[in-house]
Amino acid sequence: MTSNDVLDTDRSVKALATTTAGAPVLLDGLSRVYGATRALDQFSLDVHPGEFVALLGPSGCGKTTALRMVAGFDRPDTGQILVDGVDVSRVPAQKRDMGMVFQSYSLFPNMSARDNVAFGLRLRHQRSGLRRQRASELLELVGLAEHTAKYPHQLSGGQQQRVALARALAIEPRVLLLDEPLSALDAKVRAELRDQIRALQQRLAITTLFVTHDQEEALSMADRVCVMSRGRVEQIASPAELYAQPSTAFVAEFVGVSSRVPVNRHGDQGDHVELFSRDVAIRGDAPAANAGPLDALLRPEDVTVRVDESGAGVVQHRSFLGATSRLEVGFADVVIKTDVRSSDAELFELGTRVTLDLAAHDVLVTPRRMPSVQG
Amino acid sequence: MTQAEIGDYFLAHEMTTKPVTTNGEPRAPRSRTRRRPRFGRGVVLVLAAMYFLIPLYAALDFSLKNIQGHFSLSPLTQIAAQPGFAAAVGLSFRLSVVTLVIEMLLMVPTVIYVHLRLPRFRRIMEVITILPIVIPPIVLILGVLQAVRPYQWISSSPYLLAVVYVVLAMPFVYRSLDSGLGALDLKTLVEASRSLGSGWISTMWRVLVPNLRTALLSASVLTLALVFGEFTMAQLDLWTTVPVWIYNSSSNNPHVVTAVAMMFLIAMWLVLTIIVSLDRTHRRGKGQSN
Repeated sequence: MTSNDVLDTDRSVKALATTTAGAPVLLDGLSRVYGATRALDQFSLDVHPGEFVALLGPSGCGKTTALRMVAGFDRPDTGQILVDGVDVSRVPAQKRDMGMVFQSYSLFPNMSARDNVAFGLRLRHQRSGLRRQRASELLELVGLAEHTAKYPHQLSGGQQQRVALARALAIEPRVLLLDEPLSALDAKVRAELRDQIRALQQRLAITTLFVTHDQEEALSMADRVCVMSRGRVEQIASPAELYAQPSTAFVAEFVGVSSRVPVNRHGDQGDHVELFSRDVAIRGDAPAANAGPLDALLRPEDVTVRVDESGAGVVQHRSFLGATSRLEVGFADVVIKTDVRSSDAELFELGTRVTLDLAAHDVLVTPRRMPSVQG
Repeated sequence: MTQAEIGDYFLAHEMTTKPVTTNGEPRAPRSRTRRRPRFGRGVVLVLAAMYFLIPLYAALDFSLKNIQGHFSLSPLTQIAAQPGFAAAVGLSFRLSVVTLVIEMLLMVPTVIYVHLRLPRFRRIMEVITILPIVIPPIVLILGVLQAVRPYQWISSSPYLLAVVYVVLAMPFVYRSLDSGLGALDLKTLVEASRSLGSGWISTMWRVLVPNLRTALLSASVLTLALVFGEFTMAQLDLWTTVPVWIYNSSSNNPHVVTAVAMMFLIAMWLVLTIIVSLDRTHRRGKGQSN
């Protein structure tokens, strides 16, 4: 099934859209401590009605804790969760009207796909005929019209997650919560389902919080991405802004690929650095003068490369990525990654001497990361 | 069925529901072409079969003979007319129902709670639930009788036995439920149910209990077998349950009494077979494999 097929099921979409309205969600100063671990530390996030926000970060950054708090499975030590302006922090999970799709397969094994989808409606005392009809409509919406009578073990992983999505949507939730729903699926199904979820979310305009550790998923699906680290927000921005203008070194290194290059501060204001023998402006606010030595963070596309027999760099590694190939160019104490067109890649055999130059106007800098002392 | 037999059944049942190797990895499916058992294995198999089947055959043979030693169905036809038999069956049946109800009401929520909220407590539970097997029944019942002596309303009631049987059946029921819950992604199922608007009771009744069907069935069969087979406690509490009746009547009419014992053995096998086949039919209806 393609994403267009999803959109073609207009009847089902209209039926849902009339009742599913996106609610604004405000997470205000949430903190949560487990023993010695601070899972969330004054975490705040404002999600607009109908917006798709991805919580992105490494394991243990607090993204799942935040989602579970919105769902009602965990309570914040401090802070508030406002849905439609109402504080729901102390409301039990079963009374919050949140649709949730889990990372692991969560369908009830004793029920058919249709009964799974109708489960929430049954709890809301809808008539049997009505809920069967609604469940069938929703299964049609996720492209599983022929599988309504099947039990979870008769469905593939991707199909199970689509039924779980239909089940979450059936209760007309105020917010849709997705807890890494694609991580258990293989790459092809994952990409397919990613498009389907996004298309459905846009069509229904349902406020959605999506937890993932996969930057590709976050960047391709979300309206805004909230990058988290150690229970705090690092940056909240659109995918394009996040990639092009990371506000912290953590974001620059976590989202996309970056190379760290030691640089020296230049200029009267201390807002320039010397890089590839050029004077380059520091992007954003320059670190304080007493911040110590600096590193520049370079994206592969920020750097150009040319063969130069007298160049200081040596091609150490080359990997084929499709249209482009990535080169790792070694200098005395640093390796810089850069991309070239695959058709030009044969010019850059391993050991070829090259010269690098900067394609960008400015660079992001960060206090230098000191090598850890071992032993 | 004795406690030891129940334990054997349970262990066999558990092992067949979860085929794993000694290091915990799933066992590879068996090849369709079975190897012919070697001579040594064949001998062991025959000896084991003889060990179990000869006593059964002897009991069956004895129960189908009259006093003169000729084949006769009269021991079977006389069963219902034996004095005190119907009352003993009635009492055992009532005790098994009460035991089952108390057992399930106590153990199902407890084991679910331990799995969900106190996973570290599982080891302690395993030790606690093994105690009724370690403590001899005679010690247990004498202690209980001593403790309840001042309370006439319970000490004079046959249902005191049901309360003690709950303790006695706990090891089997706990392990059966523990194994059933271990096969489920309990946390996710409960959270999915709650996010859809279901409270705790509804989650338990509509989601967990149906998915614990096999575990509950095997726990019920084990409890039933235990109550119908327990002798020591009933005898010391002076209640004539089926085993006590069999013991008391054995000197009067040994052929009939043996026929009763055989009948209960066969009845228990039948119940077990029906329950297992019902469960299998249910699974097949849903297209599940065993």
